Amino acid sequence: MKILVPVKRVIDAYVSIRVKSDGSGVDTNNVKMSLNPFCEIALEEAIRLKEAGTASEVVLVSVGSGDIDTVIRSGLAMGADRAIRVDAEDDLEPLAIAKILKHVVEQEEAGLVITGKQSIDGDNNQTGQMLSALLDWPQATFASEVALDGSDAKVTREIDGGLETVALSLPAVVTTDLRLNEPRYPTLPNIMKAKKKPLDVIALADTGVDATKRNTVVNVSPPEERSAGIMVESVEQLIDKLKNEAKVI
Amino acid sequence: MSILVIAEHDNSELHVSTLNTVTAATQMGDDVHVLVAGSGAGDVAAQAAKVSGVGKVVHADADHYKDAVTTELSDLIVGLAGDYSHIVAGATTTGKDLMPRVAALLDSAQISDIIAVDSADTFKRPIYAGNAIATVQNADAKKVITVRPTGFDAAATDGSAEVATVEASAENGSTKVVGRELTVSERPDLGAASIVVSGGRGVGSAENFKIIEGLADKLGAAVGASRAAVDAGYVPNDYQVGQTGKVVAPNLYVAVGISGAIQHLAGMKDSKVIVAINKDEEAPIFQVADYGLVADLFEAVPEMVSQL
Ligand SMILES: Cc1cc2nc3c(=O)[nH]c(=O)nc-3n(C[C@H](O)[C@H](O)[C@H](O)COP(=O)(O)OP(=O)(O)OC[C@H]3O[C@@H](n4cnc5c(N)ncnc54)[C@H](O)[C@@H]3O)c2cc1C
Repeated sequence: MKILVPVKRVIDAYVSIRVKSDGSGVDTNNVKMSLNPFCEIALEEAIRLKEAGTASEVVLVSVGSGDIDTVIRSGLAMGADRAIRVDAEDDLEPLAIAKILKHVVEQEEAGLVITGKQSIDGDNNQTGQMLSALLDWPQATFASEVALDGSDAKVTREIDGGLETVALSLPAVVTTDLRLNEPRYPTLPNIMKAKKKPLDVIALADTGVDATKRNTVVNVSPPEERSAGIMVESVEQLIDKLKNEAKVI
Repeated sequence: MSILVIAEHDNSELHVSTLNTVTAATQMGDDVHVLVAGSGAGDVAAQAAKVSGVGKVVHADADHYKDAVTTELSDLIVGLAGDYSHIVAGATTTGKDLMPRVAALLDSAQISDIIAVDSADTFKRPIYAGNAIATVQNADAKKVITVRPTGFDAAATDGSAEVATVEASAENGSTKVVGRELTVSERPDLGAASIVVSGGRGVGSAENFKIIEGLADKLGAAVGASRAAVDAGYVPNDYQVGQTGKVVAPNLYVAVGISGAIQHLAGMKDSKVIVAINKDEEAPIFQVADYGLVADLFEAVPEMVSQL
């Protein structure tokens, strides 16, 4: 079984982002870019399934310009066998991405798609579910455990009330939550090897997808700042403030 | 055209987040309907009919709606979509799982996690863990939207809408819920509590978390946690507050032994009053705290409990 892992390049999780003063968006110039953490978890899961003999090949796919190749290579260094980049502008909407991914899944005849539950830039949490809808496949989102037995899958999901286990059969789309696994760091030899792994580029036009945006970003602004508070000296003073100043207890 | 709100429930109680979602929906248009899809969920339909601002409750009942499985509900919703300009659900794990599937089937680009309705087609939503707010205008004929519950007040419950029964969609059957481990607690719901006490890695162990729970119980509060505390197994996953956990906005949020990473702040910085207790005076949590106390939590928290 071939596993397809869609990944996204994002501003690194530990960078403080800066909103552009003209309100047009977030500054991505000269900031550290990384694989979206949830995509790393998806990739790790796929690689483990290959190591366990359950999967035959792990194919990484990403949509964007040549700028994202560095991040694609870091995914190859983790252990994906090869990669596909669909050449397009960098910030397509999840619906367009899902349509493009559908094309790739069908071309590759993948039996399982594992992707991150959300990317930490747009925080949309849409692509995996949209892809499963377009493929008419079952979906298991926010996975914290994936168990495969032939074409049967049992996936434990992190839900608001706790955990839920669903049974479904492959092919399916699984999206990852934080506790599914801890992604490995690529070793130096694997980083070297990754440079030689195949990275095929497909033109957006060849996917037949109309990626026209449906949403116009009217404005991006910084959130309201919280004004700085005060330091209290003791528990007694804290309780007094909460009772008599803030009046919240 | 009307607005359809997808009710969240457990077949007996309407979830509070639906009340916030209805408030958001009433800002998108005048005629708000609520879909209650469940199994033996007549009581929920009756509760939904009492929500102020709701014009009609659409009730579909079938065994295969019992667990709110997305592949079952999405078929039903897509079948009903013809009558609606907006389809709206809470940005809970149920809504987040369901709505993108609905959106893709309707060929709509979803707008996730909105915190404000500027007009019927323009919405505000946080991006980058709440470090930026995007105003987004959507061009789709049918808008598919999830609503961040803390962004909107809960609707009142003094309405009296009619309940109309609709036929259930055929069973899809591709996905079955085979187990649930739900956290049972006497404490208020984390998402809706007016006071939340959260513990982080500084608490040190599951055993020590009793200190946090003790303070929460004294205050009648819900208990939350940072990702580090959840990852370390001190508390279950559903306690996590943050970018990828729950978003809370209580009157009082007490962060104990939490450093204040941006991903954590994303889930609590809209709280009315924030208290931070941390032994490191440099901890970033103090930059958002209204009241900061530099102290060892193992001394400060028990002292607080005894003084309250
Ligand atoms: C993609 C992604 C998503 C994430 N999502 C979330 C999320 O949703 N929620 C979330 O919380 N995090 C999230 N994180 C993790 C986040 O970056 C931080 O790692 C995490 O919040 C740290 O938790 P903490 O503050 O408990 O631990 P630490 O950062 O280790 O802080 C522990 C604090 O405890 C204090 N302390 C220790 N002992 C004591 C004592 N005896 N008395 C008083 N104070 C003490 C220390 O001074 C320190 O400030 C995410 C990270 C990534 C990459």
